[in-house]
Amino acid sequence: MMINVRELAKRAVETRTEERLGEQIALPWSAAFVISMRNVTIRLGRAAITASGIVLGIAFLSYIWTAKLSEDVIERDMARRARLTQIQIQSQESELVIPGQEEAEEEAQARNARQMWLVVMSLLVCAVGISNSMLMSVTERFREIGTMKCLGALDIFIVRLFLIESIVLGVLGSLVGAFIGHVGGLLMYAWKGGWDLPAKLDWPAMIFYLVLSILIGTFIAFVAAILPAKRAAQMPAAAALRSEI
Amino acid sequence: MANIKCPKCSKEIETWGVVTVCPDCGADLRDQVAEAERITVQRAAEIVHDESATTHEFIVRTRGLTKVYKMGEVEVPALRGVDLDVRRGEYLSIMGPSGSGKSTLFNMIGGLDKPTSGSCFIDEVDLAQLTAFELAWLRCRKLGYIFQTFNLIPVMTALENVTLPMIFAGMGTDEMMERGRMLLELVGLGDRLNHKPFELSGGQQQRVAVARALANSPSIILADEPTGNLDLTTGKEIIALLKELNVGGGVTVISATHDLKMIDVSDRIVHIRDGALERIEHRHEIDLEVGRLGDEEASG
Ligand SMILES: Nc1ncnc2c1ncn2[C@@H]1O[C@H](COP(=O)(O)OP(=O)(O)OP(=O)(O)O)[C@@H](O)[C@H]1O
Ligand SMILES: [Mg+2]
Repeated sequence: MMINVRELAKRAVETRTEERLGEQIALPWSAAFVISMRNVTIRLGRAAITASGIVLGIAFLSYIWTAKLSEDVIERDMARRARLTQIQIQSQESELVIPGQEEAEEEAQARNARQMWLVVMSLLVCAVGISNSMLMSVTERFREIGTMKCLGALDIFIVRLFLIESIVLGVLGSLVGAFIGHVGGLLMYAWKGGWDLPAKLDWPAMIFYLVLSILIGTFIAFVAAILPAKRAAQMPAAAALRSEI
Repeated sequence: MANIKCPKCSKEIETWGVVTVCPDCGADLRDQVAEAERITVQRAAEIVHDESATTHEFIVRTRGLTKVYKMGEVEVPALRGVDLDVRRGEYLSIMGPSGSGKSTLFNMIGGLDKPTSGSCFIDEVDLAQLTAFELAWLRCRKLGYIFQTFNLIPVMTALENVTLPMIFAGMGTDEMMERGRMLLELVGLGDRLNHKPFELSGGQQQRVAVARALANSPSIILADEPTGNLDLTTGKEIIALLKELNVGGGVTVISATHDLKMIDVSDRIVHIRDGALERIEHRHEIDLEVGRLGDEEASG
């Protein structure tokens, strides 16, 4: 063994840190973030599966919103065209009635409500999916969690690590999902209603919805991780010694 | 490490007690070895400036420790009243057949689990009285754990594994990196700082684990079968390393083990059977058996 014992003893004493260190036990957010990111990037496959629920849910939500904005544009177009024809024929007819307009609006509203209902359901399902996937990873990582506790981690550190991990997945997943939903929706409607559609879109509303969908996705990931993070924190330190699950 | 002189032929011998006779003239050296070791341990205790060292002779004490695991209806008694005193700077091995309660005792001493009854004191502090925070503090700074399964955090490099307890202890980044590097160098892994656990052999992983256990200069290293997953040579390396830390650094080492190689370096061996202390052997009582052990190792 290439160890010089005297040197070791000397250095161990020189660097004896007990007096110099404060009495605190801490895990700074920056360090927690680095560890969590490592967990995400190294278990990329699992992370992708966990995040895919968010991606799908948020893509659906974003698509619905894009569709609504696009339909608004198309409707405005149609209304303007109708008004133009109206002006042309106004000399003959005095009453302005676009036939079937009210029913069409009602129908659109009902469809919107139905779609929102579907979106809520799909987001719920994706929350359950994330929870489940994270619970599995808590069970898998029993020894790692136990070891961290042996090294002096407080319960709150473990909670923090899992929440950050989930929020990172939530942000990434909803970014991807929002991109897919918005771009996909726009392409579909542009194809149907003319390629000048994006130019006529209500972009402030679009960006508002983009931000909102990412916030919703992140929030769902956060809420879904609360239970698994608590479970992880309850893992006893003695789990570090267990050999199997 | 103890340097002793043969009383007959004046040969200088470097040893911790693995050698009991002079290789030149065959004189019995057991007294010299014991004396040299007493001095080294004393010196180690002096240089670590542990104030409690003078006040409490025993760093760990257990009194009437019992543990009963409940498996549904069935109650499994794992410990039945263990009274054990561990001296400061001692190298103590806990031996016993599988299921005798070694790991359970390890858990109690390490503050990883609560006893059903009885108490465990570290530096005269009753572990049962500690809050969750104080317990974490104790684990972080006073105790270093080494496991049979190494238990490195798989997503972190060797250096990051070693510095993790220092993060918990609130050490600054630069100091942390420097100390982490130093510890890894001391265990002979100075060139493997950025390797992930799966890129290291079992023996190397365990050495990282030893370095990690030393992160915050603990007073006690607790090792549960540290050589259980290692082959003969790497197991010997780890044992030698622990002994060096014990003698050179003054760290108390408590190790649960099946490994007969541990006998060579232990100051005392506690035999436990069915959750109770069976007998305690002192090193000078077992030196006679070393020859026999050598044979066993050769055949195993
Ligand atoms: N978590 C647990 N739940 C129930 N019973 C347990 C638990 N841990 C240990 N036991 C029981 O307690 C007894 C002592 O176990 P322990 O793990 O301390 O033995 P050991 O001496 O470490 O054995 P080995 O050498 O195989 O590691 C055994 O009968 C075991 O079945
Ligand atoms: Mg065991």
